[in-house]
Amino acid sequence: MTVVERVPTDKVVVEGMTGDAAIAHALKQCDIDVLAAYPITPQTIIVEDFQKFVANGEVKTRVIPVESEHSAMSACVGASAVGARVATATASAGLALMWEILYCAASMRMPIVLAVANRALSAPINIHNDWSDSYGARDSGFIQIYCQSCQEAYDTVIMAFKIAEDHDVLLPVMVCIDGFILSHNVERVEMLPTEAVQQFLGVRKPAIALDPDNPVTMGPLALTDYYFEFKEQQDRAMARVPEVFERVESEFEKMTGRRYGRFETYRVEDADIIIFTHSTPGGTAKAVVDALRERGEKVGVVRLRMFRPFPAEALREVLRNAKAVAVFEKCRSFGAPSNPLALEVRTALYDLDERPLVTDFVIGLGGRDVPPSTIVEGVEKTKEYLKAGRAPLYETLGVRK
Amino acid sequence: MLVEIRWHGRGGQGGVTSAELLAKAAYLDGYKGVQAFPFFGAERRGAPVKAFTRISDREINVRCQIYEPDIVAVLDPDIIDLIDVCEGLKDDGIVIVNTPKAPSELDLRGHVYTFDGTGIALRHGLLVAGLPVVNTTMLGAFARATGLVKLETVQRVIMEKWPGKVGERNAEGAKEAYDSCTDQG
Repeated sequence: MTVVERVPTDKVVVEGMTGDAAIAHALKQCDIDVLAAYPITPQTIIVEDFQKFVANGEVKTRVIPVESEHSAMSACVGASAVGARVATATASAGLALMWEILYCAASMRMPIVLAVANRALSAPINIHNDWSDSYGARDSGFIQIYCQSCQEAYDTVIMAFKIAEDHDVLLPVMVCIDGFILSHNVERVEMLPTEAVQQFLGVRKPAIALDPDNPVTMGPLALTDYYFEFKEQQDRAMARVPEVFERVESEFEKMTGRRYGRFETYRVEDADIIIFTHSTPGGTAKAVVDALRERGEKVGVVRLRMFRPFPAEALREVLRNAKAVAVFEKCRSFGAPSNPLALEVRTALYDLDERPLVTDFVIGLGGRDVPPSTIVEGVEKTKEYLKAGRAPLYETLGVRK
Repeated sequence: MLVEIRWHGRGGQGGVTSAELLAKAAYLDGYKGVQAFPFFGAERRGAPVKAFTRISDREINVRCQIYEPDIVAVLDPDIIDLIDVCEGLKDDGIVIVNTPKAPSELDLRGHVYTFDGTGIALRHGLLVAGLPVVNTTMLGAFARATGLVKLETVQRVIMEKWPGKVGERNAEGAKEAYDSCTDQG
Protein backbone atom coordinates (compact mmCIF):
# COMPACT_ATOMS: atom_id res chain seq x y z
CA MET A 1 0.00 0.00 0.00
CA THR A 2 1.33 3.41 -0.93
CA VAL A 3 1.84 6.03 1.73
CA VAL A 4 -0.39 8.91 0.82
CA GLU A 5 -0.17 12.37 2.32
CA ARG A 6 -2.60 15.26 2.14
CA VAL A 7 -1.64 17.60 -0.68
CA PRO A 8 -1.14 21.13 0.72
CA THR A 9 -3.61 23.70 -0.62
CA ASP A 10 -0.88 25.86 -2.11
CA LYS A 11 0.19 22.97 -4.37
CA VAL A 12 -3.31 22.63 -5.84
CA VAL A 13 -3.82 24.40 -9.16
CA VAL A 14 -7.32 25.75 -9.81
CA GLU A 15 -8.32 25.90 -13.47
CA GLY A 16 -11.51 26.47 -15.37
CA MET A 17 -11.92 23.52 -17.68
CA THR A 18 -14.44 21.41 -19.51
CA GLY A 19 -15.17 17.83 -18.55
CA ASP A 20 -13.16 16.67 -21.55
CA ALA A 21 -10.20 18.88 -20.63
CA ALA A 22 -10.35 17.68 -17.03
CA ILE A 23 -10.09 14.08 -18.25
CA ALA A 24 -7.23 14.95 -20.62
CA HIS A 25 -5.31 16.59 -17.77
CA ALA A 26 -5.92 13.60 -15.51
CA LEU A 27 -4.64 11.24 -18.21
CA LYS A 28 -1.56 13.40 -18.58
CA GLN A 29 -0.81 13.27 -14.87
CA CYS A 30 -1.45 9.52 -14.74
CA ASP A 31 1.61 9.18 -17.00
CA ILE A 32 -0.03 6.79 -19.41
CA ASP A 33 2.25 4.90 -21.78
CA VAL A 34 -0.12 4.48 -24.69
CA LEU A 35 -3.23 6.23 -25.92
CA ALA A 36 -4.93 4.84 -29.02
CA ALA A 37 -8.01 6.69 -30.15
CA TYR A 38 -10.24 7.74 -33.01
CA PRO A 39 -11.98 11.13 -32.86
CA ILE A 40 -15.71 11.37 -32.21
CA THR A 41 -17.83 14.19 -30.82
CA PRO A 42 -18.25 15.00 -27.92
CA GLN A 43 -15.16 13.15 -26.74
CA THR A 44 -12.79 14.74 -29.26
CA ILE A 45 -11.36 17.41 -26.94
CA ILE A 46 -9.92 14.72 -24.68
CA VAL A 47 -7.69 13.35 -27.42
CA GLU A 48 -7.04 16.77 -28.98
CA ASP A 49 -5.84 18.17 -25.66
CA PHE A 50 -3.79 15.09 -25.02
CA GLN A 51 -2.15 15.34 -28.46
CA LYS A 52 -1.12 18.90 -27.53
CA PHE A 53 0.59 17.58 -24.40
CA VAL A 54 2.43 15.07 -26.58
CA ALA A 55 3.40 17.68 -29.17
CA ASN A 56 4.66 19.99 -26.42
CA GLY A 57 6.75 17.22 -24.93
CA GLU A 58 4.80 17.32 -21.67
CA VAL A 59 4.24 13.55 -21.73
CA LYS A 60 6.14 10.61 -23.14
CA THR A 61 2.98 8.77 -24.14
CA ARG A 62 2.91 6.95 -27.46
CA VAL A 63 -0.28 8.08 -29.19
CA ILE A 64 -1.58 5.73 -31.87
CA PRO A 65 -4.00 7.53 -34.21
CA VAL A 66 -5.84 4.48 -35.47
CA GLU A 67 -8.35 4.19 -38.31
CA SER A 68 -11.37 3.19 -36.23
CA GLU A 69 -12.58 2.60 -32.69
CA HIS A 70 -12.40 -1.15 -33.25
CA SER A 71 -8.69 -0.67 -33.89
CA ALA A 72 -8.38 1.78 -30.99
CA MET A 73 -9.51 -0.77 -28.44
CA SER A 74 -7.50 -3.50 -30.19
CA ALA A 75 -4.34 -1.41 -29.91
CA CYS A 76 -5.17 -0.72 -26.26
CA VAL A 77 -5.49 -4.45 -25.58
CA GLY A 78 -2.14 -5.14 -27.24
CA ALA A 79 -0.36 -2.36 -25.37
CA SER A 80 -1.96 -3.30 -22.08
CA ALA A 81 -0.87 -6.92 -22.60
CA VAL A 82 2.74 -5.76 -22.73
CA GLY A 83 2.25 -4.11 -19.35
CA ALA A 84 1.65 -0.52 -20.41
CA ARG A 85 -0.73 1.91 -18.70
CA VAL A 86 -3.30 2.51 -21.42
CA ALA A 87 -6.27 4.78 -22.06
CA THR A 88 -8.67 5.69 -24.82
CA ALA A 89 -11.83 7.73 -25.21
CA THR A 90 -14.97 7.44 -27.29
CA ALA A 91 -18.73 8.00 -27.53
CA SER A 92 -21.87 6.72 -29.22
CA ALA A 93 -21.17 5.02 -32.56
CA GLY A 94 -17.50 4.84 -31.62
CA LEU A 95 -18.31 2.76 -28.58
CA ALA A 96 -20.60 0.63 -30.70
CA LEU A 97 -17.78 -0.05 -33.13
CA MET A 98 -15.52 -1.04 -30.22
CA TRP A 99 -18.06 -3.59 -29.11
CA GLU A 100 -16.30 -6.80 -30.03
CA ILE A 101 -13.05 -5.73 -28.41
CA LEU A 102 -14.68 -4.41 -25.21
CA TYR A 103 -15.42 -8.00 -24.33
CA CYS A 104 -11.83 -9.02 -25.21
CA ALA A 105 -10.38 -6.26 -23.01
CA ALA A 106 -12.46 -7.35 -20.04
CA SER A 107 -12.04 -11.09 -20.50
CA MET A 108 -8.29 -10.75 -21.06
CA ARG A 109 -8.22 -8.73 -17.84
CA MET A 110 -6.65 -5.62 -19.34
CA PRO A 111 -6.80 -2.63 -16.95
CA ILE A 112 -7.58 -0.07 -19.65
CA VAL A 113 -9.30 3.20 -18.78
CA LEU A 114 -11.91 4.23 -21.34
CA ALA A 115 -13.41 7.71 -21.06
CA VAL A 116 -16.91 7.87 -22.55
CA ALA A 117 -18.67 11.15 -23.30
CA ASN A 118 -22.15 9.66 -23.33
CA ARG A 119 -23.95 10.34 -26.59
CA ALA A 120 -27.08 9.02 -28.27
CA LEU A 121 -26.92 6.34 -30.94
CA SER A 122 -28.14 6.82 -34.52
CA ALA A 123 -30.63 6.98 -36.22
CA PRO A 124 -31.52 9.82 -36.58
CA ILE A 125 -27.94 10.99 -36.23
CA ASN A 126 -27.57 12.98 -33.03
CA ILE A 127 -24.48 14.28 -31.27
CA HIS A 128 -26.11 14.95 -27.90
CA ASN A 129 -26.31 13.16 -24.63
CA ASP A 130 -28.09 10.07 -23.47
CA TRP A 131 -26.87 6.84 -21.92
CA SER A 132 -27.81 4.34 -24.62
CA ASP A 133 -24.18 3.87 -25.65
CA SER A 134 -22.60 2.80 -22.37
CA TYR A 135 -25.77 1.10 -21.07
CA GLY A 136 -25.54 -1.09 -24.12
CA ALA A 137 -22.03 -2.07 -23.02
CA ARG A 138 -23.10 -2.84 -19.48
CA ASP A 139 -22.58 -6.60 -19.87
CA SER A 140 -19.15 -6.27 -21.50
CA GLY A 141 -17.24 -6.78 -18.26
CA PHE A 142 -16.09 -3.18 -17.88
CA ILE A 143 -16.44 -1.44 -14.55
CA GLN A 144 -18.66 1.62 -15.18
CA ILE A 145 -18.52 4.85 -13.20
CA TYR A 146 -20.68 7.91 -14.04
CA CYS A 147 -19.66 11.43 -13.02
CA GLN A 148 -21.64 14.56 -12.20
CA SER A 149 -18.96 17.26 -12.34
CA CYS A 150 -15.68 18.07 -14.05
CA GLN A 151 -13.88 17.72 -10.72
CA GLU A 152 -15.39 14.30 -10.25
CA ALA A 153 -14.38 13.26 -13.77
CA TYR A 154 -10.80 14.34 -13.10
CA ASP A 155 -10.68 12.53 -9.76
CA THR A 156 -12.37 9.42 -11.07
CA VAL A 157 -9.95 8.94 -13.97
CA ILE A 158 -7.04 9.00 -11.52
CA MET A 159 -8.70 6.48 -9.23
CA ALA A 160 -9.80 4.34 -12.18
CA PHE A 161 -6.25 3.30 -13.02
CA LYS A 162 -5.55 2.30 -9.45
CA ILE A 163 -8.72 0.21 -9.28
CA ALA A 164 -8.21 -1.34 -12.71
CA GLU A 165 -4.55 -2.24 -12.16
CA ASP A 166 -5.08 -3.78 -8.72
CA HIS A 167 -4.25 -7.47 -9.02
CA ASP A 168 -7.46 -8.37 -7.23
CA VAL A 169 -9.37 -6.69 -10.06
CA LEU A 170 -7.51 -6.41 -13.40
CA LEU A 171 -10.54 -5.17 -15.27
CA PRO A 172 -11.03 -2.22 -17.61
CA VAL A 173 -12.97 0.83 -16.43
CA MET A 174 -15.33 3.16 -18.27
CA VAL A 175 -15.41 6.65 -16.83
CA CYS A 176 -18.57 8.25 -18.21
CA ILE A 177 -19.54 11.91 -18.45
CA ASP A 178 -22.62 13.40 -20.06
CA GLY A 179 -21.78 14.52 -23.58
CA PHE A 180 -21.84 18.33 -24.02
CA ILE A 181 -23.66 18.87 -20.70
CA LEU A 182 -20.42 18.06 -18.91
CA SER A 183 -17.90 17.38 -21.67
CA HIS A 184 -18.21 20.96 -22.93
CA ASN A 185 -19.09 22.68 -19.66
CA VAL A 186 -16.37 24.82 -18.09
CA GLU A 187 -16.15 24.46 -14.34
CA ARG A 188 -13.72 25.15 -11.56
CA VAL A 189 -11.39 22.16 -11.20
CA GLU A 190 -8.75 21.65 -8.53
CA MET A 191 -5.79 19.85 -10.04
CA LEU A 192 -3.32 17.92 -7.96
CA PRO A 193 0.41 18.27 -8.42
CA THR A 194 1.61 15.67 -10.94
CA GLU A 195 4.07 14.17 -8.45
CA ALA A 196 1.22 13.49 -6.03
CA VAL A 197 -0.81 11.71 -8.72
CA GLN A 198 2.16 9.63 -9.79
CA GLN A 199 3.03 8.72 -6.24
CA PHE A 200 -0.60 7.75 -5.65
CA LEU A 201 -0.68 5.51 -8.71
CA GLY A 202 2.88 4.24 -8.86
CA VAL A 203 4.06 2.41 -11.95
CA ARG A 204 1.78 -0.31 -13.26
CA LYS A 205 2.95 -3.77 -12.22
CA PRO A 206 1.43 -6.25 -14.65
CA ALA A 207 0.43 -9.65 -13.28
CA ILE A 208 1.56 -11.26 -16.52
CA ALA A 209 3.08 -9.37 -19.44
CA LEU A 210 3.83 -10.29 -23.03
CA ASP A 211 7.57 -10.79 -23.16
CA PRO A 212 9.49 -12.37 -26.08
CA ASP A 213 11.95 -13.95 -23.64
CA ASN A 214 9.20 -15.56 -21.63
CA PRO A 215 6.44 -16.20 -24.13
CA VAL A 216 2.87 -16.66 -22.92
CA THR A 217 -0.41 -16.89 -24.75
CA MET A 218 -3.24 -14.53 -23.91
CA GLY A 219 -6.86 -14.80 -24.93
CA PRO A 220 -6.42 -18.22 -26.53
CA LEU A 221 -9.09 -20.64 -27.69
CA ALA A 222 -11.16 -22.12 -24.89
CA LEU A 223 -14.15 -24.16 -25.86
CA THR A 224 -16.41 -26.36 -23.80
CA ASP A 225 -13.42 -27.35 -21.72
CA TYR A 226 -12.35 -24.06 -20.11
CA TYR A 227 -14.32 -21.07 -21.44
CA PHE A 228 -16.74 -21.22 -18.55
CA GLU A 229 -13.88 -21.17 -16.01
CA PHE A 230 -12.52 -17.98 -17.60
CA LYS A 231 -15.92 -16.39 -17.12
CA GLU A 232 -16.12 -17.66 -13.55
CA GLN A 233 -12.79 -15.98 -12.74
CA GLN A 234 -13.88 -12.79 -14.48
CA ASP A 235 -17.05 -12.75 -12.43
CA ARG A 236 -15.10 -13.18 -9.19
CA ALA A 237 -12.83 -10.30 -10.15
CA MET A 238 -15.90 -8.10 -10.63
CA ALA A 239 -17.13 -9.15 -7.20
CA ARG A 240 -13.87 -7.92 -5.65
CA VAL A 241 -14.26 -4.43 -7.12
CA PRO A 242 -16.20 -2.84 -4.22
CA GLU A 243 -13.50 -3.70 -1.69
CA VAL A 244 -10.71 -2.39 -3.89
CA PHE A 245 -12.75 0.69 -4.79
CA GLU A 246 -13.25 1.46 -1.11
CA ARG A 247 -9.52 1.11 -0.43
CA VAL A 248 -8.56 3.33 -3.37
CA GLU A 249 -11.10 5.99 -2.44
CA SER A 250 -9.89 6.05 1.14
CA GLU A 251 -6.34 6.69 -0.04
CA PHE A 252 -7.58 9.33 -2.45
CA GLU A 253 -9.50 11.00 0.35
CA LYS A 254 -6.34 11.13 2.46
CA MET A 255 -4.63 12.93 -0.40
CA THR A 256 -7.45 15.32 -1.39
CA GLY A 257 -10.18 15.34 1.23
CA ARG A 258 -12.62 14.23 -1.48
CA ARG A 259 -14.52 10.98 -1.72
CA TYR A 260 -17.61 10.10 -3.72
CA GLY A 261 -18.60 6.52 -2.89
CA ARG A 262 -20.24 4.01 -5.20
CA PHE A 263 -23.30 6.22 -4.87
CA GLU A 264 -24.08 9.53 -3.22
CA THR A 265 -27.02 10.01 -0.88
CA TYR A 266 -28.60 13.43 -0.52
CA ARG A 267 -31.23 14.23 2.12
CA VAL A 268 -32.56 10.66 2.11
CA GLU A 269 -32.75 10.00 5.87
CA ASP A 270 -36.49 10.55 6.28
CA ALA A 271 -37.40 10.66 2.59
CA ASP A 272 -40.70 9.17 1.44
CA ILE A 273 -39.68 9.46 -2.19
CA ILE A 274 -36.10 8.89 -3.30
CA ILE A 275 -35.08 10.11 -6.74
CA PHE A 276 -32.65 7.63 -8.26
CA THR A 277 -30.48 8.68 -11.20
CA HIS A 278 -26.88 9.46 -12.11
CA SER A 279 -24.56 11.82 -14.01
CA THR A 280 -25.76 15.40 -14.55
CA PRO A 281 -29.46 14.77 -13.75
CA GLY A 282 -28.17 13.73 -10.32
CA GLY A 283 -27.11 17.34 -9.80
CA THR A 284 -30.37 18.80 -11.05
CA ALA A 285 -32.27 16.34 -8.83
CA LYS A 286 -30.43 17.66 -5.77
CA ALA A 287 -31.49 21.22 -6.67
CA VAL A 288 -35.08 19.95 -7.05
CA VAL A 289 -34.93 18.25 -3.66
CA ASP A 290 -33.72 21.47 -2.03
CA ALA A 291 -36.72 23.31 -3.48
CA LEU A 292 -39.24 20.59 -2.57
CA ARG A 293 -37.85 20.29 0.96
CA GLU A 294 -38.51 24.00 1.43
CA ARG A 295 -42.16 23.19 0.71
CA GLY A 296 -42.01 20.51 3.38
CA GLU A 297 -41.91 17.52 1.04
CA LYS A 298 -39.89 14.54 2.18
CA VAL A 299 -37.78 13.77 -0.87
CA GLY A 300 -34.15 12.82 -1.34
CA VAL A 301 -31.71 11.72 -4.02
CA VAL A 302 -29.52 8.72 -4.52
CA ARG A 303 -27.04 9.54 -7.26
CA LEU A 304 -25.48 6.36 -8.54
CA ARG A 305 -21.82 6.46 -9.54
CA MET A 306 -20.92 2.83 -10.04
CA PHE A 307 -23.31 1.12 -12.43
CA ARG A 308 -21.02 -1.92 -12.82
CA PRO A 309 -20.65 -3.69 -10.54
CA PHE A 310 -24.09 -2.54 -9.39
CA PRO A 311 -24.07 -1.95 -5.61
CA ALA A 312 -27.37 -3.78 -5.08
CA GLU A 313 -26.96 -4.74 -1.42
CA ALA A 314 -25.73 -1.35 -0.21
CA LEU A 315 -28.49 0.40 -2.16
CA ARG A 316 -31.15 -1.90 -0.76
CA GLU A 317 -30.35 -0.66 2.73
CA VAL A 318 -30.63 2.98 1.68
CA LEU A 319 -33.79 2.60 -0.40
CA ARG A 320 -35.76 0.10 1.68
CA ASN A 321 -37.41 2.62 4.03
CA ALA A 322 -38.72 4.92 1.32
CA LYS A 323 -42.29 4.64 0.12
CA ALA A 324 -41.21 5.04 -3.49
CA VAL A 325 -38.09 5.16 -5.62
CA ALA A 326 -38.43 7.33 -8.73
CA VAL A 327 -35.87 6.30 -11.33
CA PHE A 328 -34.86 8.78 -14.04
CA GLU A 329 -32.80 7.37 -16.87
CA LYS A 330 -31.66 8.49 -20.31
CA CYS A 331 -32.19 5.25 -22.15
CA ARG A 332 -35.03 3.18 -23.54
CA SER A 333 -34.42 -0.54 -23.76
CA PHE A 334 -36.79 -1.25 -26.62
CA GLY A 335 -39.12 -4.12 -25.93
CA ALA A 336 -37.96 -4.48 -22.33
CA PRO A 337 -40.55 -4.33 -19.53
CA SER A 338 -38.63 -1.41 -18.05
CA ASN A 339 -35.21 0.12 -18.63
CA PRO A 340 -31.61 -0.64 -17.61
CA LEU A 341 -31.38 1.48 -14.46
CA ALA A 342 -34.84 0.62 -13.12
CA LEU A 343 -34.30 -3.08 -13.85
CA GLU A 344 -31.26 -3.00 -11.55
CA VAL A 345 -33.16 -1.16 -8.82
CA ARG A 346 -36.13 -3.50 -9.01
CA THR A 347 -33.82 -6.52 -8.81
CA ALA A 348 -32.04 -5.03 -5.80
CA LEU A 349 -35.35 -4.53 -3.97
CA TYR A 350 -37.21 -7.65 -5.04
CA ASP A 351 -36.18 -9.86 -2.12
CA LEU A 352 -37.48 -7.45 0.50
CA ASP A 353 -40.75 -8.48 2.14
CA GLU A 354 -41.96 -4.91 1.94
CA ARG A 355 -40.46 -2.89 -0.83
CA PRO A 356 -40.88 0.65 -2.12
CA LEU A 357 -42.91 1.32 -5.21
CA VAL A 358 -40.54 1.84 -8.16
CA THR A 359 -41.39 4.28 -10.95
CA ASP A 360 -39.24 4.53 -14.08
CA PHE A 361 -39.06 7.70 -16.15
CA VAL A 362 -37.21 7.76 -19.47
CA ILE A 363 -35.88 11.29 -19.94
CA GLY A 364 -33.52 13.33 -22.08
CA LEU A 365 -33.05 11.07 -25.10
CA GLY A 366 -30.83 12.64 -27.75
CA GLY A 367 -29.89 15.51 -25.45
CA ARG A 368 -33.43 16.74 -24.77
CA ASP A 369 -32.85 19.12 -21.88
CA VAL A 370 -33.78 17.85 -18.41
CA PRO A 371 -34.80 20.96 -16.45
CA PRO A 372 -35.94 20.76 -12.82
CA SER A 373 -39.57 20.74 -14.04
CA THR A 374 -39.06 17.30 -15.66
CA ILE A 375 -37.84 15.85 -12.36
CA VAL A 376 -40.71 17.54 -10.48
CA GLU A 377 -43.20 16.05 -12.94
CA GLY A 378 -41.82 12.58 -12.23
CA VAL A 379 -42.03 13.14 -8.48
CA GLU A 380 -45.64 14.35 -8.80
CA LYS A 381 -46.57 11.31 -10.87
CA THR A 382 -44.89 9.07 -8.31
CA LYS A 383 -47.05 10.64 -5.58
CA GLU A 384 -50.17 9.87 -7.60
CA TYR A 385 -49.05 6.28 -8.15
CA LEU A 386 -48.39 5.89 -4.43
CA LYS A 387 -51.96 6.94 -3.75
CA ALA A 388 -53.25 4.51 -6.36
CA GLY A 389 -50.95 1.78 -5.05
CA ARG A 390 -49.57 0.91 -8.47
CA ALA A 391 -47.45 2.41 -11.22
CA PRO A 392 -46.71 1.66 -14.85
CA LEU A 393 -43.46 -0.24 -15.43
CA TYR A 394 -42.03 2.81 -17.20
CA GLU A 395 -43.05 5.97 -19.01
CA THR A 396 -41.40 8.75 -21.00
CA LEU A 397 -41.22 12.36 -19.80
CA GLY A 398 -40.43 15.54 -21.69
CA VAL A 399 -41.42 14.27 -25.12
CA ARG A 400 -44.21 15.20 -27.56
CA LYS A 401 -46.74 12.38 -27.52
CA MET B 1 -26.86 33.05 -4.26
CA LEU B 2 -27.08 31.81 -7.83
CA VAL B 3 -26.82 34.12 -10.85
CA GLU B 4 -27.82 32.79 -14.26
CA ILE B 5 -26.63 34.48 -17.43
CA ARG B 6 -27.67 33.84 -21.02
CA TRP B 7 -25.53 35.01 -23.94
CA HIS B 8 -26.94 35.76 -27.37
CA GLY B 9 -24.67 36.20 -30.35
CA ARG B 10 -23.88 34.87 -33.77
CA GLY B 11 -21.61 31.96 -34.56
CA GLY B 12 -18.05 33.28 -34.72
CA GLN B 13 -18.66 36.32 -32.51
CA GLY B 14 -17.11 34.70 -29.49
CA GLY B 15 -20.20 34.32 -27.31
CA VAL B 16 -19.10 30.89 -26.10
CA THR B 17 -15.67 32.28 -25.25
CA SER B 18 -17.34 35.14 -23.33
CA ALA B 19 -19.32 32.65 -21.27
CA GLU B 20 -16.14 30.72 -20.46
CA LEU B 21 -13.98 33.75 -19.69
CA LEU B 22 -16.65 35.13 -17.37
CA ALA B 23 -16.74 31.82 -15.51
CA LYS B 24 -12.98 31.95 -15.10
CA ALA B 25 -13.09 35.55 -13.87
CA ALA B 26 -15.81 34.52 -11.44
CA TYR B 27 -13.82 31.76 -9.77
CA LEU B 28 -10.76 34.01 -9.62
CA ASP B 29 -12.95 36.55 -7.83
CA GLY B 30 -13.81 33.92 -5.27
CA TYR B 31 -17.07 32.32 -6.41
CA LYS B 32 -17.10 28.62 -5.45
CA GLY B 33 -19.47 27.48 -8.16
CA VAL B 34 -19.16 28.37 -11.85
CA GLN B 35 -20.51 26.80 -15.02
CA ALA B 36 -20.16 27.93 -18.63
CA PHE B 37 -21.61 25.96 -21.48
CA PRO B 38 -22.79 26.54 -25.03
CA PHE B 39 -26.06 25.55 -26.59
CA PHE B 40 -24.92 23.34 -29.42
CA GLY B 41 -27.16 22.96 -32.38
CA ALA B 42 -26.28 23.12 -36.02
CA GLU B 43 -23.95 26.00 -35.15
CA ARG B 44 -22.29 27.82 -38.00
CA ARG B 45 -20.73 31.21 -38.59
CA GLY B 46 -23.33 33.98 -38.59
CA ALA B 47 -26.24 31.95 -37.21
CA PRO B 48 -27.83 33.03 -33.89
CA VAL B 49 -26.22 31.07 -31.03
CA LYS B 50 -26.71 30.91 -27.27
CA ALA B 51 -24.39 30.21 -24.38
CA PHE B 52 -24.87 30.12 -20.62
CA THR B 53 -22.94 30.98 -17.46
CA ARG B 54 -23.89 30.25 -13.86
CA ILE B 55 -22.13 31.86 -10.91
CA SER B 56 -22.67 31.00 -7.26
CA ASP B 57 -21.00 31.34 -3.90
CA ARG B 58 -21.63 27.59 -3.47
CA GLU B 59 -21.19 24.46 -5.54
CA ILE B 60 -23.79 24.45 -8.32
CA ASN B 61 -25.85 21.30 -8.63
CA VAL B 62 -28.37 22.21 -11.30
CA ARG B 63 -27.29 21.15 -14.79
CA CYS B 64 -29.63 22.17 -17.54
CA GLN B 65 -30.13 25.13 -19.85
CA ILE B 66 -31.14 28.48 -18.38
CA TYR B 67 -34.79 29.44 -18.90
CA GLU B 68 -35.20 32.30 -16.42
CA PRO B 69 -31.96 34.28 -16.57
CA ASP B 70 -30.99 37.05 -14.18
CA ILE B 71 -28.84 38.63 -16.87
CA VAL B 72 -28.96 38.58 -20.67
CA ALA B 73 -25.95 39.66 -22.73
CA VAL B 74 -26.55 40.47 -26.40
CA LEU B 75 -23.45 40.60 -28.60
CA ASP B 76 -25.27 41.41 -31.84
CA PRO B 77 -28.10 43.99 -31.66
CA ASP B 78 -29.71 42.70 -34.87
CA ILE B 79 -30.59 39.48 -33.05
CA ILE B 80 -33.15 41.44 -31.03
CA ASP B 81 -35.30 41.61 -34.18
CA LEU B 82 -35.02 37.85 -34.76
CA ILE B 83 -35.60 36.32 -31.34
CA ASP B 84 -37.00 37.38 -27.97
CA VAL B 85 -33.72 37.80 -26.10
CA CYS B 86 -35.62 38.73 -22.92
CA GLU B 87 -37.61 35.47 -22.90
CA GLY B 88 -37.93 34.30 -19.29
CA LEU B 89 -35.86 37.23 -17.96
CA LYS B 90 -36.52 37.78 -14.26
CA ASP B 91 -38.49 40.96 -13.47
CA ASP B 92 -35.48 42.66 -11.91
CA GLY B 93 -33.18 41.26 -14.59
CA ILE B 94 -30.39 43.07 -16.44
CA VAL B 95 -29.95 43.24 -20.21
CA ILE B 96 -26.60 44.31 -21.69
CA VAL B 97 -26.57 45.09 -25.40
CA ASN B 98 -23.71 45.87 -27.77
CA THR B 99 -25.14 48.83 -29.66
CA PRO B 100 -24.31 52.51 -30.21
CA LYS B 101 -27.93 53.28 -29.28
CA ALA B 102 -29.08 54.50 -25.86
CA PRO B 103 -31.04 52.07 -23.64
CA SER B 104 -34.29 54.04 -24.18
CA GLU B 105 -34.01 53.54 -27.93
CA LEU B 106 -34.34 49.79 -27.48
CA ASP B 107 -37.72 48.24 -26.84
CA LEU B 108 -36.51 45.79 -24.20
CA ARG B 109 -37.78 44.65 -20.82
CA GLY B 110 -35.53 44.81 -17.75
CA HIS B 111 -32.72 47.10 -16.62
CA VAL B 112 -31.01 47.83 -19.94
CA TYR B 113 -27.37 48.80 -20.39
CA THR B 114 -25.74 49.57 -23.72
CA PHE B 115 -22.20 50.05 -24.98
CA ASP B 116 -20.75 50.43 -28.47
CA GLY B 117 -18.71 47.25 -28.48
CA THR B 118 -18.42 47.14 -32.26
CA GLY B 119 -17.06 50.69 -32.38
CA ILE B 120 -14.57 49.90 -29.60
CA ALA B 121 -13.50 46.69 -31.33
CA LEU B 122 -12.85 48.57 -34.57
CA ARG B 123 -10.84 51.28 -32.78
CA HIS B 124 -8.68 48.71 -30.95
CA GLY B 125 -8.25 46.42 -33.94
CA LEU B 126 -10.13 43.53 -32.35
CA LEU B 127 -10.69 41.74 -35.63
CA VAL B 128 -10.90 38.13 -36.72
CA ALA B 129 -10.97 37.52 -40.46
CA GLY B 130 -11.49 41.26 -40.90
CA LEU B 131 -14.62 41.38 -38.75
CA PRO B 132 -14.93 43.06 -35.33
CA VAL B 133 -15.12 40.65 -32.39
CA VAL B 134 -16.97 42.09 -29.41
CA ASN B 135 -16.77 39.35 -26.81
CA THR B 136 -14.00 40.92 -24.73
CA THR B 137 -15.66 44.33 -24.74
CA MET B 138 -18.85 42.63 -23.55
CA LEU B 139 -16.93 41.29 -20.55
CA GLY B 140 -15.88 44.82 -19.62
CA ALA B 141 -19.45 46.06 -19.96
CA PHE B 142 -20.66 43.09 -17.95
CA ALA B 143 -18.31 43.93 -15.09
CA ARG B 144 -19.67 47.48 -15.04
CA ALA B 145 -23.36 46.65 -15.37
CA THR B 146 -23.48 43.80 -12.85
CA GLY B 147 -20.60 44.39 -10.44
CA LEU B 148 -20.30 40.60 -10.19
CA VAL B 149 -16.67 40.49 -11.31
CA LYS B 150 -13.87 43.05 -11.23
CA LEU B 151 -12.62 44.74 -14.39
CA GLU B 152 -9.05 43.82 -13.39
CA THR B 153 -10.02 40.16 -13.19
CA VAL B 154 -11.72 40.30 -16.58
CA GLN B 155 -8.57 41.86 -18.03
CA ARG B 156 -6.45 39.19 -16.39
CA VAL B 157 -8.39 36.29 -17.93
CA ILE B 158 -8.30 38.04 -21.30
CA MET B 159 -4.51 38.40 -21.05
CA GLU B 160 -4.17 34.75 -20.04
CA LYS B 161 -6.32 33.61 -22.96
CA TRP B 162 -4.39 35.68 -25.52
CA PRO B 163 -0.90 36.44 -24.17
CA GLY B 164 0.96 39.39 -25.71
CA LYS B 165 -0.26 42.23 -27.92
CA VAL B 166 -3.60 40.66 -28.82
CA GLY B 167 -4.48 40.25 -25.15
CA GLU B 168 -3.39 43.80 -24.37
CA ARG B 169 -5.59 45.26 -27.11
CA ASN B 170 -8.55 43.21 -25.93
CA ALA B 171 -7.97 44.20 -22.31
CA GLU B 172 -7.92 47.87 -23.36
CA GLY B 173 -11.14 47.34 -25.28
CA ALA B 174 -12.72 45.77 -22.19
CA LYS B 175 -11.72 48.83 -20.16
CA GLU B 176 -13.22 51.24 -22.68
CA ALA B 177 -16.44 49.22 -22.65
CA TYR B 178 -16.41 49.26 -18.84
CA ASP B 179 -16.01 53.03 -18.83
CA SER B 180 -18.62 53.75 -21.49
CA CYS B 181 -21.29 51.19 -20.61
CA THR B 182 -24.43 53.06 -19.53
CA ASP B 183 -28.02 52.63 -18.41
CA GLN B 184 -28.73 56.34 -19.00
CA GLY B 185 -30.51 57.97 -21.90
